[in-house]
Amino acid sequence: MSEFKLSCEAAREVEEICEKFHNDPGELISILHETQSKLGYLPEPVQRIIAGKLGIAPQKVYGVVTFYSFFTMTPKGRIPISVCLGTACYVRGADKLLEEFKRVLNIDVGETTPDGKFSLDCLRCVGACGLAPVATVGDKVYGRLNPSDIKKIVAEYAD
Amino acid sequence: MKIRSADALESIRREALKALSVREEANSSVLESASGLDKGTPHMEILCCGGTGCKASESSKIVDNFNQALAAHGIADKVKVIVPGCFGFCEKGPIVKIVPDNTFYTSVRPEDVEEIVVSHIIGGERVERLLYTDPGSGKRISDSKHMNFYRKQMRIALRNCGFIDPENILDYIARDGYKALADSLQRDSLEVLADIKASGLRGRGGAGFPTGVKWEIARKFNAPHKYVVCNADEGDPGAFMDRSIMEGDPNSVIEAMMICGYCINANHGLIYIRAEYPLAVHRLQVAIAQAREYGLLGENILGTGFSFDIEIRYGAGAFVCGEETALIHSMEGKRGEPTLKPPFPAEAGYFGNPTNVNNVETLANVPVILTKGPAWFSSIGTEKSKGTKVFALAGKINNVGLIEVPMGTTLREIIYDVGGGVKNGKKFKAVQTGGPSGGCLTEKHLDIPIDYESLAAAGSMMGSGGMIVMDEDDCMVSVAKFFLEFTVGESCGKCTPCRIGNKRMLEILERITDGRGTMEDIDKLENLAKVIKDTALCGLGQTSPNPVLSTLANFREEYEEHVKDHVCRAHKCKALLTYAIDPVLCKGCSACARGCPAEAITGEVRKPFSINPDKCIRCGMCISRCKFGAIKVY
Ligand SMILES: Cc1cc2nc3c(=O)[nH]c(=O)nc-3n(C[C@H](O)[C@H](O)[C@H](O)COP(=O)(O)O)c2cc1C
Ligand code: SF4
Ligand code: SF4
Ligand code: FES
Ligand code: FES
Repeated sequence: MSEFKLSCEAAREVEEICEKFHNDPGELISILHETQSKLGYLPEPVQRIIAGKLGIAPQKVYGVVTFYSFFTMTPKGRIPISVCLGTACYVRGADKLLEEFKRVLNIDVGETTPDGKFSLDCLRCVGACGLAPVATVGDKVYGRLNPSDIKKIVAEYAD
Repeated sequence: MKIRSADALESIRREALKALSVREEANSSVLESASGLDKGTPHMEILCCGGTGCKASESSKIVDNFNQALAAHGIADKVKVIVPGCFGFCEKGPIVKIVPDNTFYTSVRPEDVEEIVVSHIIGGERVERLLYTDPGSGKRISDSKHMNFYRKQMRIALRNCGFIDPENILDYIARDGYKALADSLQRDSLEVLADIKASGLRGRGGAGFPTGVKWEIARKFNAPHKYVVCNADEGDPGAFMDRSIMEGDPNSVIEAMMICGYCINANHGLIYIRAEYPLAVHRLQVAIAQAREYGLLGENILGTGFSFDIEIRYGAGAFVCGEETALIHSMEGKRGEPTLKPPFPAEAGYFGNPTNVNNVETLANVPVILTKGPAWFSSIGTEKSKGTKVFALAGKINNVGLIEVPMGTTLREIIYDVGGGVKNGKKFKAVQTGGPSGGCLTEKHLDIPIDYESLAAAGSMMGSGGMIVMDEDDCMVSVAKFFLEFTVGESCGKCTPCRIGNKRMLEILERITDGRGTMEDIDKLENLAKVIKDTALCGLGQTSPNPVLSTLANFREEYEEHVKDHVCRAHKCKALLTYAIDPVLCKGCSACARGCPAEAITGEVRKPFSINPDKCIRCGMCISRCKFGAIKVY
């Protein structure tokens, strides 16, 4: 985490987001949402900037970031992959999909491939339960998946 | 353009109804033959489902293709493309419906668009192959009204979903939208509240608390700032009722929040919604902006002096934030940890101000109760549970989708009539209602009329409406473990029974599914579950043992088989499986051996191969490689 260098530009951006929300600690979650959607993740230096702007302890920001699963302190891959582990997908074999993604990408849940291309996560219900089991790759939703489809899907994203 | 009075709203409604009349008439009639421009139909409409499920299978591309095709054929002025919310029949999405003949096309591909336009829209001939085929009779059905899936449904909360354009407030107004608000503002707020109370509406967020009583309590607390909160956190994984309502009919939620505000003297509205629901967020934003533009939100609404406005707050993926005290803390920018009640939010909620929290579906019922009257609403349902309930029907069922049935419908009717039975002709095993807080019900519960009380008595709960069907291939111990993994991950950690107790329960379940469990473990599990239920601080911990308790009550023998016989009858628990090759069926092709990642299979070509159980990692690869079905699992 400490090797993360915050560019002046990024720091300025974070400050502007805080100001947009009037540096109001009550808006912390909205600020974190917007910051994460700009920077992709919420590393410690960013949390410190936000804490400074809102006049609250950095531990408090950290406490909130780690409480909510939507917030992440590690960068995602350029193409984030998420396997739905909602109940509908689970009973239709989502666990096997996840195993196959792990095998094909050779990473575990929460990790990113060494080239920074793919990251693998789980999520709970995409709202496409009719298509269960479901996985999302980037913005695209893939439904009615079989473990045997996974290799092909990953190959679609070859450079 | 601001609407400044109830009369002005009424004249806008009449005008808007003209645009909706084709759809309205089609809705109430049955046209056997197809319409078409060449047959003299002056105007037609194409409704392309814009729900999340259908969008996932390229419904946006279908919309684009329709618009292009209509332009190319020079008929764009006669045919309108509308993108409503979920039709409910997500199983066979993307859904495209043609008006006025009500043709219901299923599983439409972007490539099908040109054919629909040429043959149906222009030529007046239905594209038969895209119609739904009734699995019972084998007949194609063109009007969804004749489908079993819709026949037993009664759509009140979903009245506008799949019908109106959710991004056009005029469509909502045309269907008596904001009429309940306009009428209410001309009445004494106590009278309006009395109507809600008399209707018998109860909270759809899980607990089933009477909504009118809740409002009455909230009304009693006087303060300069009071809040109406819409709980749109929908944490049950595998449920999408609230999401679909917000995507398909966002204005109904907004209108209801205002009516609530009027009844309890609150002027601020907050919608707490999951950031993972981008489409619902977008539709709400559009609806709020349009309502403001028409003066239906803001100062001096409809010239009555009543003011109300709504802001959206985002959740960030924590199940416990669906609990109302946790939700309020989250909206204040804090960790979403629950606090002990009392004080209830009605007394001290958002930043200490009186706050009334209602679920999305609860709210969606409110306007229509007021326009049709409380007596109408309370005539539907059972003695203690009035109206309807929306369920997200999913799992091993033929018709996965969003359904709404009157309270008192039986599980059998839902699963076999509406749901079309269990998938692939498998045997029904259980149905889970209430998500991670609920329980599994079995064959013997299929005929109870469901309502809040009957589900609780059967050891489950209504919950928010997730309904997952399981078949003979599902291991009930694994299902219990699945839900417990969820609650362990979601426990906020504030109280010990939930934080530690659930973890211990999960460890026991892991032992059992790994084949290391003892009979004592089963008793321990049961005791622990009861202690957690009694001592946890919030609803999450108090209900987290339910899946374990209900599977123990209904499937105890499966737990015992895992422990005593090391058998998982559903073949789900890997550690309990033995892979073996049937020497009679094996042709000695070596395909399995070449695919085995553990080099557990040996043999000579053209002679039966065999598996070394000590090396086998039970990955199942050999089964998919063997063309002769020679690999057996025990
Ligand atoms: C752990 C937990 C999770 C909950 N999740 C939700 C939810 O996702 N949506 C919801 O409307 N209510 C949820 N509730 C219930 C709320 O606390 C609250 O009772 C409800 O929003 C009240 O609205 P209603 O009276 O209209 O049902 C949850 C409760 C608990 C204990
Ligand atoms: S029961 Fe669980 S979720 Fe609720 S307060 Fe206790 S630890 Fe937190
Ligand atoms: S289940 Fe997997 S490890 Fe076991 S024999 Fe078959 S292929 Fe090999
Ligand atoms: S459970 Fe996976 S999409 Fe709903
Ligand atoms: S999302 Fe299209 S029918 Fe449900």
